[in-house]
Amino acid sequence: MKEIILLKDGELALKGLNRSTFEDILIKNIRMRISSLGNFTYRKSQSTIVIEPENEDIDLDEAVSRICKVFGLVGVSRAAVCEKDIDKILETVWDYLGDELMLSKTFKVNAKRADKKFPLTSPEICDEVGGFILSKVRGIKVDVHNPEYTVTVEIRDNAAYIRGPQLKGAGGMPTGTGGRACILISGGIDSPVAAYMMAKRGVKLTAVHFASPPYTSELAEMKVHELLKKVSMYSGRINLFTVHFTALQEAIRDYCPEDMFTVTMRRVMMKIASALAEWQGCEAVITGESLGQVASQTIKAIRCTDECATLPVFRPCIGMDKNEIVEISRKIDTFDISIRPYEDCCTVFTPRHPKTRPTPEMARETEALIPNEDELIKKCIEEAQMMIIEAFR
Amino acid sequence: MEIYLDNSATTKVCPEAVRAVTDCLTENYGNPSAVHSKGIKAKMLLDASRQKIADVLSCDSSEVYFSHSGTLANNTAIFGAVEAKRKTGNRIITTSLEHPSVSRCMDKLEKCGFEVIRLAPSANGSFRTEQLVNTVNKNTILISTMLVNNETGAINPVELISKVVKRASAPALIHIDAIQAFGKIPVKPARMGVDLLSISGHKVHAPKGVGALYIRKGIKIKPFLSGGGQENDMFSGTEALPAIAGFGAAASALPDLNRQLEQTRNLKNFALNELSKIPAVEINSPSDALPYILNISVTGIPSQVLINYLSQKGIYISAGSACKKGHRSEVLIAMGLPAKRIDSAVRVSMSRFTTQEEIAVFCEGVNDAVKNIRTKL
Repeated sequence: MKEIILLKDGELALKGLNRSTFEDILIKNIRMRISSLGNFTYRKSQSTIVIEPENEDIDLDEAVSRICKVFGLVGVSRAAVCEKDIDKILETVWDYLGDELMLSKTFKVNAKRADKKFPLTSPEICDEVGGFILSKVRGIKVDVHNPEYTVTVEIRDNAAYIRGPQLKGAGGMPTGTGGRACILISGGIDSPVAAYMMAKRGVKLTAVHFASPPYTSELAEMKVHELLKKVSMYSGRINLFTVHFTALQEAIRDYCPEDMFTVTMRRVMMKIASALAEWQGCEAVITGESLGQVASQTIKAIRCTDECATLPVFRPCIGMDKNEIVEISRKIDTFDISIRPYEDCCTVFTPRHPKTRPTPEMARETEALIPNEDELIKKCIEEAQMMIIEAFR
Repeated sequence: MEIYLDNSATTKVCPEAVRAVTDCLTENYGNPSAVHSKGIKAKMLLDASRQKIADVLSCDSSEVYFSHSGTLANNTAIFGAVEAKRKTGNRIITTSLEHPSVSRCMDKLEKCGFEVIRLAPSANGSFRTEQLVNTVNKNTILISTMLVNNETGAINPVELISKVVKRASAPALIHIDAIQAFGKIPVKPARMGVDLLSISGHKVHAPKGVGALYIRKGIKIKPFLSGGGQENDMFSGTEALPAIAGFGAAASALPDLNRQLEQTRNLKNFALNELSKIPAVEINSPSDALPYILNISVTGIPSQVLINYLSQKGIYISAGSACKKGHRSEVLIAMGLPAKRIDSAVRVSMSRFTTQEEIAVFCEGVNDAVKNIRTKL
């Protein structure tokens, strides 16, 4: 039996004349994810994308699970293909979905007749298939309002498709349709969630991670690689820059007042990230900040860091509670990695009482105390190491 | 240059063991249980390796049972002994400084209703004889303690245990975790008067994946694993012959332990002398500890930061025990050290291949760290 994958795109239908471009990007993203599993052919028809494996030993379970993480799709389903002949259709329904139907108490049949030359109308197809299932499965009942299992029969121009219930797609917009942005990733819970949320709106990702060896461990960097690998299952390829930040942190420690340490550090980080982001052609910077979560994320502290950015700063977690962020991090499977106990550069040299109400003037004055700031920043940018993170290669 | 000073976590495999393992992987790869000549040859290698371990332990080869790790040897000894003796009493005595492969077993037994008494260490890190005399009674079925502490090198007075047991006429079996001691000081279970004793291969330049349990002749304990009955039914599962052959070879390659101990003591004294020039360094290991292990704290530098710093220079040390990540050392807490000192404690562990130059480079590294690292604002 020949099997295919059917995809329903979501918001793309609203995109008018740009729709075809968006769909092409979507197909490209899907191809990047599943090409390592084998060869597929892709076809667009109405609001459906049809993916056909070119040979039968391709692992479709894995393909479907990968496709379910591609943004821009609301539904993913597998279907059996058969001849447009009612007897063949009944036979295929039984071969393909019989086991599932035998485990269900109620069912419903949906028919879609795109090919109007097919002799039976949609309600007639439903009658035929429904009656057939009732005769085969003892005790099963029809329930059109709340069925446990739904069988869909689609009569297309070239063939009939038989499928069970549709899986939920990842939603959002195809990655790459929203330009590129740069996520500041620490290794905590929030930043991978922020990266995921922006990727969901079609943004391609560049990431910047600040490491402070020897205060931070190699394990902390490896943790970031693992986190981004999880995110890249959704977002596709991520360019990661690791910035060695020790010299700047030590300079801030040596020259700035203790209570301004965190704000100053974040301002410098924002400068470095903005520069790398612009160099990568990003249109925005993303952070995982949530208002009031810690001293550096008060509204005043955010104002101080924000003015150092040369690009718009997106903060998708800004209005979320910790438990809401945790919920998403569990969904995208980053939570268990995030809670591994390695210090990241934000927790090195933590002041005892960080200032929660800094003003931009204070922040600027403090920053000016670092004697060779520009030079240190330039060095950080020049010596940043890039690596490519991609889940399915 | 690479300076490996984490030999209590694991060791580099010695050339003798590498040869034995390779031979076993490529030529002598039979299953010791098979009855054809390939199998018989493997069985002979297994027996020869057992004899080599027995030679080092000064015991009969029939008293040596190969396990798949030190942890499995400890678990089997403890649960096996308790299972065999449970009808004769309810009290188990251990110390509060055990490796997790012992202490976690004790937690489990406590939950099952046994009375577990954990002796607290004195300031030098080992338990005191009078504590033992006061706790062993006729109801005691097992006494389990380590010979050398894995974090500090403190040595427990284990040879006294059998006398205490005899005087109290307790039915207790005595188990010794000698994993850190084996291959460093003479470990002779018969002379120590113990019934069960665990050792591990990868701490003595053999590969990982093999340990052994000494079970004194006449002692019966219940096996922990059920299966094909290998190792006289004590450790079922096909013998990891390459690792076992490596273990045998590594045991045979051990030098004269007393002379080696003297050399290592000189190295440790050299280290102590060098480190004494750095005011920030405090020594946590007791002065009479095994010289192979040196536990120190560097004031103001958290353990992980010092490890990272030295790691960048190719010098590898560890924080306390490598077996449990991210926790404050229970051993140092039990020794009554202040929290700050525990948070900056690191363990330097040497092997017979450690040289004085390596120690000198390490001490210099610590000195640089003290000069360059400041975590306080």
